[in-house]
Amino acid sequence: MIRLNDISKAFNQGQPNEFWAVRDVNLDIDDNCITVLRGPSGSGKTTLLSMIGCLSRPTSGRILLGERNLSGLPERFLTQIRRETFGFIFQRFNLIAGLTVLDNVMLPAYPLAPDHGELVQRATALLEQFGMAGKAASKIEWLSGGEAQRTAICRALLNDPQILIADEPTANLDSRLSQEFMTIIGELKAAGRTLILTSHDPVVSDAACVDRVITLRDGQVQEG
Amino acid sequence: MSHFIRRQRYLIDFTVASLARRKGKNLGLLGVYTLIVFLLASVMLFTQALRQEAGLLLQGAPEVVVQRMVAGRHDLIPADYLERMGRIRGVAARYGRLWGYFYDPAVQANYTLMVPRDRDIADGEIIVGHGIARTRGLGLGDFIAFRASSGTTFSFRVADVLAADAELVSADLILVNEADFRAFFGIADGLYTDLALEVRNPQEVRKVAEKLTVLLPDTRPILREEILRTYDALFQWRQGIVFVLLAGSLLAFVIFAWDKASGLSAEEKREIGILKAIGWETADVIRMKFWEGALVSLGAFLLGYLAAYVHVFFFDAALFAPVLKGWAVLYPQFSPQPYVDGLQVATLFFFTVFPYTVATVVPIWRAATTDPDAVMR
Repeated sequence: MIRLNDISKAFNQGQPNEFWAVRDVNLDIDDNCITVLRGPSGSGKTTLLSMIGCLSRPTSGRILLGERNLSGLPERFLTQIRRETFGFIFQRFNLIAGLTVLDNVMLPAYPLAPDHGELVQRATALLEQFGMAGKAASKIEWLSGGEAQRTAICRALLNDPQILIADEPTANLDSRLSQEFMTIIGELKAAGRTLILTSHDPVVSDAACVDRVITLRDGQVQEG
Repeated sequence: MSHFIRRQRYLIDFTVASLARRKGKNLGLLGVYTLIVFLLASVMLFTQALRQEAGLLLQGAPEVVVQRMVAGRHDLIPADYLERMGRIRGVAARYGRLWGYFYDPAVQANYTLMVPRDRDIADGEIIVGHGIARTRGLGLGDFIAFRASSGTTFSFRVADVLAADAELVSADLILVNEADFRAFFGIADGLYTDLALEVRNPQEVRKVAEKLTVLLPDTRPILREEILRTYDALFQWRQGIVFVLLAGSLLAFVIFAWDKASGLSAEEKREIGILKAIGWETADVIRMKFWEGALVSLGAFLLGYLAAYVHVFFFDAALFAPVLKGWAVLYPQFSPQPYVDGLQVATLFFFTVFPYTVATVVPIWRAATTDPDAVMR
């Protein structure tokens, strides 16, 4: 369970261009569920998601992961939690150009320095699971949008995280690929993972596998 | 394999892959960097080899040379000065030396004529240095004629040519016997160019010199260590001149390398954000960038130093030899003996590898300590 208590996030605090992206959000996100954060651009979805995923800290309020308060942790511990607990799928995939698919998938494990053979095996198994085994040696630049996203999913799953975070995952996909993505998401939920997505794409929010849709507007929860 | 080493290996793997992604840019940088190290190392290695060579050759020279001074200038010294100085404790041998210079208008070069103590040379014969033999095209048994200051022409037969390995100091040397030397220069018996004293214990050399200045007030003692110091200063001065000439290109490189190393492109910043977002610690990113700087600069250092070693010791420093070696008109041709000074390597390493690596790490440290949520935008 992830619990958000009075979460607010300000940018450029104390300056003339101060901006509150998220204000007084209180939320409980259940385990093994698919939760979608929905809302127009600038509603604070991505900011909220980045705070949940330990990519940034709230200006005020507390984020609890189980019983653990994440808000006050030093950066080093946040990184450790991010690495062990969360997997990320970014809107623009954020794969590293010039590297192969296999190298990109293995990247999150480098700081943990596992045995190389075992790491290759783990990454190859994931690529096989998502139908990307044939592209393991291909450079990222040569992939289609769908292939790039499946690579990003493999990378997010490499460290076997409990929670998967996806920011606008279907923004760069056509309808067929979006449906395909939601099928994968449903399978991941069935495998016992928690998924938190942001999207204003109805394909995502209306998908049968989604458990909860939270609507945000102007940095505040409107419903859900 | 320990966890630490395996982690560094992963970071190095990623760094090498990163470098390979910007192949043209990084190879260009490596090339220029290597060239700079090559130039600096060539000058350092060659100068060091010259100093080493001169030092080795002077090992056989007498510890103290006594010259008579008249009106502040070096003059011939009478043989009875050997008696006048008496017995000085610590002096193992003392003898007069005969040497002088001769200007050969045919090749517009100065030769050094000398009477050797350890070789017997027949009347009318000479032994010449390699430089003279090469310039005048002399071989064994050839004759060469010199016009003495008295106007008389002396003809000498070449009995031998000095070994090429001592050419640095013997390129312009001609050895003759005492009688021929005196006849050629018109120096009467009982006069020498200077006196040489051999002192076994190096601790006593200065004391002997002090006594000489008291016993023979119109002379000056010249110590071997002073000659060595002079050579050292001369070669260091020449090295300095070359470094000054190289300073322009060095500065251009420093600006180029600093700009390359310290500036982060938007692409690099984005990559750092991605790496942090997927679980790399700030320290991992800094370590990765450290390896990038270290691999480039270490690679350039090793390649440049190796190339300089080959250039100096296998190709006789063809690029710098004219500036760095000859001090006579006849340029000596000699192959420096391989010699590497650890301190010199460390100095060059410190001034090439260290600044570049630091320049790579500092901006990364700033970029890597920011929140990674920028990749979400």
